[in-house]
Amino acid sequence: MSARDAILKRLRERADGPLSAPESDFSVVTNRGWSPAERLARFERWITSVHGEVIHTAQADWTQALAKVLADKGVRRLGLGREHPVAAEARAALADAEVELVDADRDIEGWQREQFDSLEAGLTSTRGAIAETGSLWLWPTPDEPRRLSLVPPIHIAVLDAETLEDTFFDVVEAHGWAGGMPTNALLISGPSKTADIEQTLAYGVHGPRELVVLVRHAEEVE
Amino acid sequence: MSVETFTPREFHRQAHDALGNPQIRANFRKAMDGLMSKRSDVFSDWDLETLRELGANIRLRALARLPDLLEQLEANCQANGIRVHWAENGDEACRIVREICQSHDATSVIKGKSMVSEEMHLNAHLEKAGIEALESDLGEYLVQLNEQTPSHIIMPAIHLNTDEISEILHDKTGTERSRDVDYMTAAARSQLRERFMAADVGISGVNFAVAETGTLCLVENEGNGRMTTTVPPVHIAVTGIEKVVEHLRDVPPLYALLTRSATGQHVTTYFNMISGPRQPDEHDGPEEVHLVLVDSGRSAIYQDDELLDTLRCIRCGACMNHCPVYTRVGGHTYGTTYPGPIGSILMPHMMGLEETRDLPTASSLCGACGEVCPVKIPIPDLLVRLRRESVGEGRGNVPGAGIKRSMKEVAAWKGFQWLATHPRAWRGSTALAGKLEALLPTRLGPWTEYRSAPKPAKTSLHALVKRHQTRKPDGEERS
Repeated sequence: MSARDAILKRLRERADGPLSAPESDFSVVTNRGWSPAERLARFERWITSVHGEVIHTAQADWTQALAKVLADKGVRRLGLGREHPVAAEARAALADAEVELVDADRDIEGWQREQFDSLEAGLTSTRGAIAETGSLWLWPTPDEPRRLSLVPPIHIAVLDAETLEDTFFDVVEAHGWAGGMPTNALLISGPSKTADIEQTLAYGVHGPRELVVLVRHAEEVE
Repeated sequence: MSVETFTPREFHRQAHDALGNPQIRANFRKAMDGLMSKRSDVFSDWDLETLRELGANIRLRALARLPDLLEQLEANCQANGIRVHWAENGDEACRIVREICQSHDATSVIKGKSMVSEEMHLNAHLEKAGIEALESDLGEYLVQLNEQTPSHIIMPAIHLNTDEISEILHDKTGTERSRDVDYMTAAARSQLRERFMAADVGISGVNFAVAETGTLCLVENEGNGRMTTTVPPVHIAVTGIEKVVEHLRDVPPLYALLTRSATGQHVTTYFNMISGPRQPDEHDGPEEVHLVLVDSGRSAIYQDDELLDTLRCIRCGACMNHCPVYTRVGGHTYGTTYPGPIGSILMPHMMGLEETRDLPTASSLCGACGEVCPVKIPIPDLLVRLRRESVGEGRGNVPGAGIKRSMKEVAAWKGFQWLATHPRAWRGSTALAGKLEALLPTRLGPWTEYRSAPKPAKTSLHALVKRHQTRKPDGEERS
């Protein structure tokens, strides 16, 4: 008998007989009822508590905010997609800027070393965010591949304020994740970190050292 | 630093050594105190009991449907392009992993943290086949450089302090001696980035495997898990058969419990959900994803209604952080892959009670482990059950059951039982014991190693009460 069949047989022929499965009540992880303002405040409080930076910008001026972040951090090579409106608008706005735009929608085999060694920041869109934990959620695509939010030392993520939801459970339910998952789905809550050296927190161990979230608001900010 | 091998057979000697080592005691005390207070802070605004109830309930439901869910997981993973393998034990799982590596002519493997791979002794197995396996979790990396094993399931290098780590990195990798944690972290980052690029295969564990969607969930902070599962062309995930959950919606409550219970974090930096290899239109990610499902004694635990609860575990480590024994003796003392209370109820099934006979007694039964367990495993009850099994008073469902049974002890308890149920003989013998006090033994095996022997009073309580009663006239009310 194969290992598979032997294991399943033992589980099915359980000595103490079949087990009954309890029903689950999920209300403790949903129904927060936060207003948009509360949601945003919570998101910002949590993500900044783990060294995420949040920059608010009006929808119309977001590329100026991006340009300022790039200038402030001295980014000269920015990896980004092409088709997603975030990437397309950034490309248009940064066409004449100092920063070199690096196409991320290329087969990795051709530019792995370049990606690891010379990319200073990666720009990605996000699908939304979670107020309760200060988490962004991303489904990488061929346009914005998995490594764009992982390998460069700085990850710049663009979030639309109205896509914030209360809890992870709410996101999974509202967007029907169970009906079709992408090859890779991610929650990102801050820059990479470790506490493996005597519980001392250090940022940027394997992934990005910095995470900047550009929160775009439909209305003017300030 | 001297490298020591630990074994559960030597628990008492190892515990004695650890208790006499002020460095080990200070390192663990500091870390565990921090973890306990962080955990209680992060749950402060939660209805923790309701959340634990839900966590326990989700795990129980998964176990109740385990064979069906494993088949569903397999079918959905396969539909997503993930290849599924089954292994009866660690050796078989090692062989499967090695053969996958060899089919790709792999010589270098990068690993994300996986306790199941520790349980299988995968690194040693691969090494023998000429395949280098390098740990990439910073704590695991340090422990591997120091030729040790993890001393905690979440924080593998918790037994080392900053100075010791600085020395290890200096000795093994040539970095400067420095107490600067950022410097050491950056050094490890650049060393490991080269290795991620060069690795032929990435090997990870799994925190939750979702049957409904064929999704493998990985919880981490460092990004090494994402690197391991994204950069090399082949990803192999190894996990125990109990890690499956039924629905995707079961994941958020368990994730909320896991990060808060483990390190007192409201969330980890990354939650990585993998549902398939790189697709034709994708530009990165592994070309192949494999899932190895390992039994290693789990289906035997599954047979018994009481022992089954052991399989609810989501490997947060809160039981060790709160255990007065673990906090004092540290993780290596146990000599097993999983130390602390969870190890003491799990390892006897994996290694047998002969090897692990001391582990179920490595507890004062204070109950802290059961109280903090996010999925409400009655750990103290299971410790007592394993104690019973080891003296042959259980159902005999554990390998090595009855190993500690001694006919002398059985006879002594039989005698006590007879005396205690025969009042006349009891009174006679306690009166006699009082009179012959000087002749009674003062050493009673291990009991008197740390305690003084019981000393019977010259006059027994029974006799005292009787004397007292005869002085008062009957019928008088006493309050």
